[in-house]
Amino acid sequence: MTGRPLLSVRGLQAWYGRAHILTGVDLSVERGEVVALMGRNGAGKTTTMKAVMGLLDRHAGSVVFDGRDVSALPPHRIARLGLGYVPEDRRVFTDLTVEENLEVGRQPPRDGAPHWTPERLYALFPNLAEMRGRRGGRMSGGEQQMLTLARTLMGNPSLLLLDEPSEGLAPRIVQQMADALRALKAEGLSILVSEQNLAFAAAVADRASVIEKGQIRFEGPMRTLLEDEGVRRAYLAV
Amino acid sequence: MSFYLVQFLSGLATAATLFLVSSGLTIVFGVTRIVNFAHGSFYMLGAYLGWTLVERWGGTPLGFWGAVAAASLAVGLLGALMEVGLLRRLYRSPELFQLLATFGVVLVMQDAASWIWGSEDLLGRRAPGLRGSVDILDQPFPLYDLVLIGLGPLVLGLLWLLFNRTRWGTLVRAATQDRDMASALGVDPARLFTGVLFLGSALAGLGGALQVPREAVNLHMDMAIVVEAFVVVVVGGMGSLTGAFVASLLIGQLQAFGILVFPQITLVLVFLFMAVVLVIRPYGLLGRAEDAPPTAASPGPPLIAAAGMARWVPALLLALLAAVPLVAGDYALIVLTEVVILALLAASLHLLIGLGGLVSFGHAAYFGLGAYGAALLVKHLAAPMPLALAAAPLLAGLGALAAGWFCVRRSGLYFAMLTLAFAQIVWSVTFQWYGFTGGDNGILGVWPPDWAAGKAAYYWLTLALAGGALLLLRRAAFAPFGYTLRAGRDSALRAESVGINVRRHQWLSFALAGSAAGLAGGLYAFAKGSVFPTLMAVPVSVDALVMVLMGGIQTLSGPVVGAALFHLLETEAMSRTDWWRLVLGAVILVLVLAFPKGVAGFVRDLWTRGRES
Repeated sequence: MTGRPLLSVRGLQAWYGRAHILTGVDLSVERGEVVALMGRNGAGKTTTMKAVMGLLDRHAGSVVFDGRDVSALPPHRIARLGLGYVPEDRRVFTDLTVEENLEVGRQPPRDGAPHWTPERLYALFPNLAEMRGRRGGRMSGGEQQMLTLARTLMGNPSLLLLDEPSEGLAPRIVQQMADALRALKAEGLSILVSEQNLAFAAAVADRASVIEKGQIRFEGPMRTLLEDEGVRRAYLAV
Repeated sequence: MSFYLVQFLSGLATAATLFLVSSGLTIVFGVTRIVNFAHGSFYMLGAYLGWTLVERWGGTPLGFWGAVAAASLAVGLLGALMEVGLLRRLYRSPELFQLLATFGVVLVMQDAASWIWGSEDLLGRRAPGLRGSVDILDQPFPLYDLVLIGLGPLVLGLLWLLFNRTRWGTLVRAATQDRDMASALGVDPARLFTGVLFLGSALAGLGGALQVPREAVNLHMDMAIVVEAFVVVVVGGMGSLTGAFVASLLIGQLQAFGILVFPQITLVLVFLFMAVVLVIRPYGLLGRAEDAPPTAASPGPPLIAAAGMARWVPALLLALLAAVPLVAGDYALIVLTEVVILALLAASLHLLIGLGGLVSFGHAAYFGLGAYGAALLVKHLAAPMPLALAAAPLLAGLGALAAGWFCVRRSGLYFAMLTLAFAQIVWSVTFQWYGFTGGDNGILGVWPPDWAAGKAAYYWLTLALAGGALLLLRRAAFAPFGYTLRAGRDSALRAESVGINVRRHQWLSFALAGSAAGLAGGLYAFAKGSVFPTLMAVPVSVDALVMVLMGGIQTLSGPVVGAALFHLLETEAMSRTDWWRLVLGAVILVLVLAFPKGVAGFVRDLWTRGRES
C-alpha cells in the first residue's frame, strides 16, 4: 500500500433509534482499489455504507475521505466531494425518466476521477440507451440497478459505495454487473462493494473486509479469504 | 342563453384565482409534505401588499402590473423566510408539528395585517386599461376577468415547463419522491425547499394581489381561501398540478351555477362535492395512491400506563381541582369550568389522533352537535338539564357514527378533509336552517336549574362528568380496544393480517370520540347559557387540534395539559391586549421550536431521564 488511503474509516459506530448497530468499524480503501465488504444479513454492511454517507441520524467515529474528515457533513456535501453512493434498494426516481434520473446525479467534472456523460454511460449500459424516455417505475429490477449505478456515476465520483449490487438479480444481469464493475475499475475508479455473494466478490474485488455484529472480523486480500475456510465458515456461512 | 354564458365565464375567472392559490399549496405539499395553513395568510398578505402598491403606482398599466408582481415576489420571499427560520427546524419532527407551526404563523400574520392595514375593508382601484367591460352576446362582462381567465392556463403551462424542462424542476421532483436519495446524489434538499416555498408563496401572493380590483381586501380572506384551496388540492389529487387545475375549473363552475340552482345550500355545495369525489375516487381526480400522505401521526415511543408515584398524579390533580371552589372566586371558576370542558374535547380528539393515527379537521362538529342537541331539547321540548346532558353525547355519537362510516374509509389527509367536509355540512345546516336552529342568532337561555346554577355547583358537576369521561377514555386507551387501535395506526396491514378489523375499530373510536366531544358540548352549552353556529365552525376544530398538539400526542395527559395551557393563555391574552393572536401565535411558535414533542412529552422525557440516571 502506498500513500494515504482514499477512504479511511476508524471506530465507526452507528445507531438506529436505541439499537446500537455498529460498535466499531475500521476499514480503508486505497486509490484504484476494489474492496469487498462481506458479511451475513444484518451484520452491518448497509449501515456502514449509510453511516459513511451521512445518512444516519446518529453515528460516531471518524470517516476521512480524500484527506478530509467528512463524519459531520450532511449527505449532499459528502456527495459533492466525490463519494458516490448506490443503495441496495435501488431507489430510482420512479416518476422521472431515465434521462431525468441521470440529470439528478449530474455534478461538475472532478480532477482525478473519470468524467461521465449520458452518452458514455449509454455506451457502458446499452440497455439504458434504448429506454431514455422511459419512467424509472416502468423498468425491470436489473434495469433499475443499472440505472442507479449510472445515476451515481453522473456525479463523477472518485470512490463508489456500492451496496449489494447483485442482490435479487438474474444470473445474466449479475454477470453484466460484474463486467461493468471491472470496466469501472479499469477507468481508475475506487470501489467499496458490499456483498454476500462470494463468487461475485471474488470476481471483482482485490481485498475483503468481513463484518459481523457491527465489527470487522477479518481483513486481507481476497485470495486469503477464498483460501481460509475457517473465516468463511465463521462469518459468511449461513 | 347569454346569461348562462356570462355565468360560465365568471366561473372561469373564479377558477383562475383558485388555481393560482391551490397550485402553490399543492406544490408546497408535494415537496415538503407540509400541510401549510399559512398559505391562506400569504394570499391575504398578497392582497394587502397589492392594495398598497397599486394605490401608489397603479395609475398606469405598467405600474399596476409592476405592483402585482412586486407584491407576489415579496410574499414569496416571506415564504422562503418561513422555510429557513421555522420549517427547516421541523423536518424531523412529527408532521403534525409542522402543521401547528404554520398555524402559529397564521395567527401572527392576522395581527400583523390588522396592525399595518387596520380592520376596515379596503377597496382597491381598478386595473388601468381594463376598467371597462366587453359585450358577450349582449351581456356585459368585465374585461379584467377575461384577463384572469387567460392567466390560469398560462400559469399552468409555465409551471409545467418549470417542472419538466428545467434542471431545478427535475431536482424538485426527485427530492419530492426521495429526499434522502436526492441528497446522497449531491442535491441540497434544504435549498430546494426554500425555493419551493418561495414559488408556492409567490403564487398565493399573486392570487391575492390580483383580487385587488375585484373585491374588498379584509382580514377574513386567509381562512376562507385556505379551506377552499385545500378542497381543490384534495379533489384534484394531492401534489397534482393538472388535478388542481381541473378541480379549480369544476369548483369555479359549481360556485357560479350552484348559487342559481341551490341557493339554500350554497355554503355546503363545495364540501358535498368533495365528499362525493372522495367516496368515488379515493385519491382525488388525478391523484395516485403513492402520492397520498402517510398517516400523519408518527407512533413515537409506546404509550405505557403510568407506574409508581406517577399513577397518583391524576387522582391528586382531581382532588386539588375539586378543592378549588373553596378558595377561588366566580371568575376563576368560570374559566376553570371551560378548561375542564375543553380538556375533555381535546382528550376525545386525542383518542383519534394519538391512538388511532386519524387526524380530524372537523372535530368541532360533534362538540357542536352535543351543544345544539342539549340546547334544542331545552328550547323545543323544555327538557330538564339532566336529560339534555344525557342526550348530548348520544346525539353527537350518532352523528359521528354516520359521518365516521364514510371518513374511516380514507386515511391521512383525505380522512382529515372528509371530517372537515362533514363538519362544514353540519355547520351550514345549523347556520342556514333558521326556523329550527335560529341560524346565526343561536339559541339563548340554556341555563342550568337552580341546584346547579351556582358557579361552584356547576363547576363540580362539570368536573364529575368530564372527569368521569376522561377516565373512561383513559380506560379505553389501555384496554384491548386501545391496543387494537394503536396496532392499526402503526401498521394497518399487519393488524389486518392477524385478524383485526381495523376499519371497524376506527369507526367505533370515531363514534366514541364524537360522543365524548358531544358531552363536552352539552356541558359548554349550559356553562354559557347559549349556543351559536360558531361552536362547530372551523376555528373550534383547529383550536382543538392545537390543544392536542401543544400538549403532545404521545401522552394521554398531553391533551389535558394542552387544553389548559391554550385556554388560559388565550383568556389571559385576550383580557390584556387586543393583539392576543400575536401573543398566542408567538407562544405556539416558541413551543414548537423548543418542545418538538409537546409539553407533556417533554415533561415525561425529563421524568424518565431522571429515573434512568
